[in-house]
Amino acid sequence: MSEAPASNRTGQAAPQERKAAMRVRPTAPIVPPANVSGNALVLVIAIMAFLACLTLGAVSMVRSTAQSWESQISREITIQIKPDEKLDMEKALADARDLALTFEGTTNGTIVDKAATARLLEPWLGAGLDLDDLPVPRLVIITIDEQNPPDFAAMRTMLTETIPQAYLDDHRTWVDRLVAMAHTTALIGTGILVLVFSAMVLTVIFATRGTLSGNRHIVEVLHFVGAEAGFVASEFQKHFLKISLKGAGAGGLLAAACFAIASFWQSRSLATPQSDQTTAMFGSFSIGFTGYLGIAAIMIVIALLTTLTARFTVMRTIYEIDLIRSDPARIDGNQT
Amino acid sequence: MLRDMLQQEPSPRRETVACWIEEKLDTDPLIHFENVGLRYGMGPEILRDLTFDIPKKSFQFLTGPSGAGKTTLLRLLFLSLQPTRGLIRMFDRNISTIPRDEFPMLRRRVGIVFQDFRLLDHLTTYENVALPLRVRGKDESSYRSDVLELLGWVGLGERINVLPPVLSGGEKQRAAIARALIDRPEILLADEPTGNVDPPMARRLLNLFLELNRLGTAVVIATHDLSLMDQVEARRMILSQGRLDIYE
Repeated sequence: MSEAPASNRTGQAAPQERKAAMRVRPTAPIVPPANVSGNALVLVIAIMAFLACLTLGAVSMVRSTAQSWESQISREITIQIKPDEKLDMEKALADARDLALTFEGTTNGTIVDKAATARLLEPWLGAGLDLDDLPVPRLVIITIDEQNPPDFAAMRTMLTETIPQAYLDDHRTWVDRLVAMAHTTALIGTGILVLVFSAMVLTVIFATRGTLSGNRHIVEVLHFVGAEAGFVASEFQKHFLKISLKGAGAGGLLAAACFAIASFWQSRSLATPQSDQTTAMFGSFSIGFTGYLGIAAIMIVIALLTTLTARFTVMRTIYEIDLIRSDPARIDGNQT
Repeated sequence: MLRDMLQQEPSPRRETVACWIEEKLDTDPLIHFENVGLRYGMGPEILRDLTFDIPKKSFQFLTGPSGAGKTTLLRLLFLSLQPTRGLIRMFDRNISTIPRDEFPMLRRRVGIVFQDFRLLDHLTTYENVALPLRVRGKDESSYRSDVLELLGWVGLGERINVLPPVLSGGEKQRAAIARALIDRPEILLADEPTGNVDPPMARRLLNLFLELNRLGTAVVIATHDLSLMDQVEARRMILSQGRLDIYE
C-alpha cells in the first residue's frame, strides 16, 4: 500500500497530534470480555457450583455419619442376664464376661455396674432406684474386633449352657436396620446429588449457549474474514473458560468456606448443648480432605463443561453457516 | 492443480511446460461461472443460467434493479452460498469438490465489503481492520504499520481508536473497505459500497477501488448507483429477472 495517497485530514494534522492519534490502544480480545449476559452467566455458574458443592459436602457428611452409626453399633455385643432367686448375679456377670472373652474376636468386656444400670433406667423409673428391690436384668458389654468378629452362635450356645438366664444380643437387628437406614440415606443423598449435578450441567450448558447466541455475529464475521473453525472456537473457549473459572471458583470457594466455618464452630463448641444437638442431628460438619477435593473437582468439571459447550456451540454455529451455504432454502429468500 | 503439475513435470521439458502453465495461470479467470442457477427451496430460480468469468485484475460493476439477485450473486462469489445447479470454479478449483475445512483458505483470497458493514462494535477501527490478519495468526507488530497506513489511505487515520458505534455511516463504510483490503485479496467484492456516503465520498471510494485495481486486485462492485458507474469506463454486469447481461 506504499503507493497509496495519504489522506488530507492526516496530512494537515500537526506532527504531534498525528503521533498521538497513531497511538493504538492495547489489542482487545476478539470476544468482548464483559457484557450483561456474560456477567449473568458468571452468576448462574457460581450459584450452581455453590449448590453442587453444598450437596456434595452434605451427602459426604450423611454417608460418614451413617457409616459411624453402623460401625459404632456393630463394634459391641451385649450379654443380658435376667435375675433369678437362685442366681448369684455378680458371679454370673463375671462368668459371662470371662466366657465371652475366651472367644477369638473379642477385645474387651465391661460389666455395667448397678449405678450405671440405675442411670440407664432413670428416665423410666426415676432417680434413687434400688436395684436390689427390682428384678432388673444386668448387662455385660463386650467389645469385638469388627474385622474378625467372634462366632456368635457358639458363644450364644455356650453362654446358655453355662448360665441359663443369659441372653446374647449381637445387635444384629439394630445393625441390620441401621445399615438399611444408612444405605437408604446415602442413596437418597446420592440421588439428590445426581439431580443437582444434572440441573447444574443443563443450566451451565443452556446458559452458555444463551450467552453465545448473543455473540453469533462475531462468529459470522470471523468466519467470513477467513478464520478457521478451530481458531474461532479457541477464542470463545478462552473467553468462556475465564467466565466459568470465575463463577465456579466463587461458588466452590463459598461452599468450602461454609463447611470450614461450620466445622470450626463445631470444634470450638464441643460438649455444649447446641453443638451436641447439631452433631446428633447432622453429624460432624467436617467434610475432610476428600470433600474439599470433591469441591475442587466440581469446579474443574464446571470449567470444562462450559468450555466444551462453548466449543461445540461455536462449531455448530459454523456448521450451520456452512449448511446455509449448501442449502440456500434455509435462509430468508428476501436476501436477493 | 496446474501448479502441482508444474512441480511434478520431469526436468527435460520442464521449462517449456512451466512457461505454458505460467501463461495459462495468468490468463485463467479468477472465477468462472457456467450455467449456474440458484433457487431457494422449491421456489422459482433467483439466478438462471449464469455463465461468465471474472478475469484477473479486472474491474466491473454488478448492477440491476432491487431484488434482481445482486447480493445473492455476491454470496455465490464469496462462497457463502452453493448453486443449485451449474459449475463454479474459483482460483482454478471446482468449489463443489472442495472440502469444508479448505474454504477459509479460499475466503482469505477474497475481500468482501458487506452492505451492512459487519464491523464488531467492541473493537476499534484499527482492530476491526486488522481482524483478517489477526485470524491468520499474524503478530500485531508485523502488521501495525500496514494497518495504520491503510487507515490513513481511507481517511480514517485519526479515527483508529474509535469504536464503530461512534463512526458515521461513511466512516463505517471505509473501515469495512479497509478490512476487506488489508490482506491484499486477489478479488474484492463490494456490496453497495457507496450506499451510505455523499457523492464526494462516493467518488473518493471509487478512486480507492480503482487504485486497488491498478495494483492488481480484481474488483466487483454491486451497485445501482448509475452516477457512480458513469464515472468509470468499466465492464457492466446487469442482472435482470435472474439473468445476466454483460457489457464490456
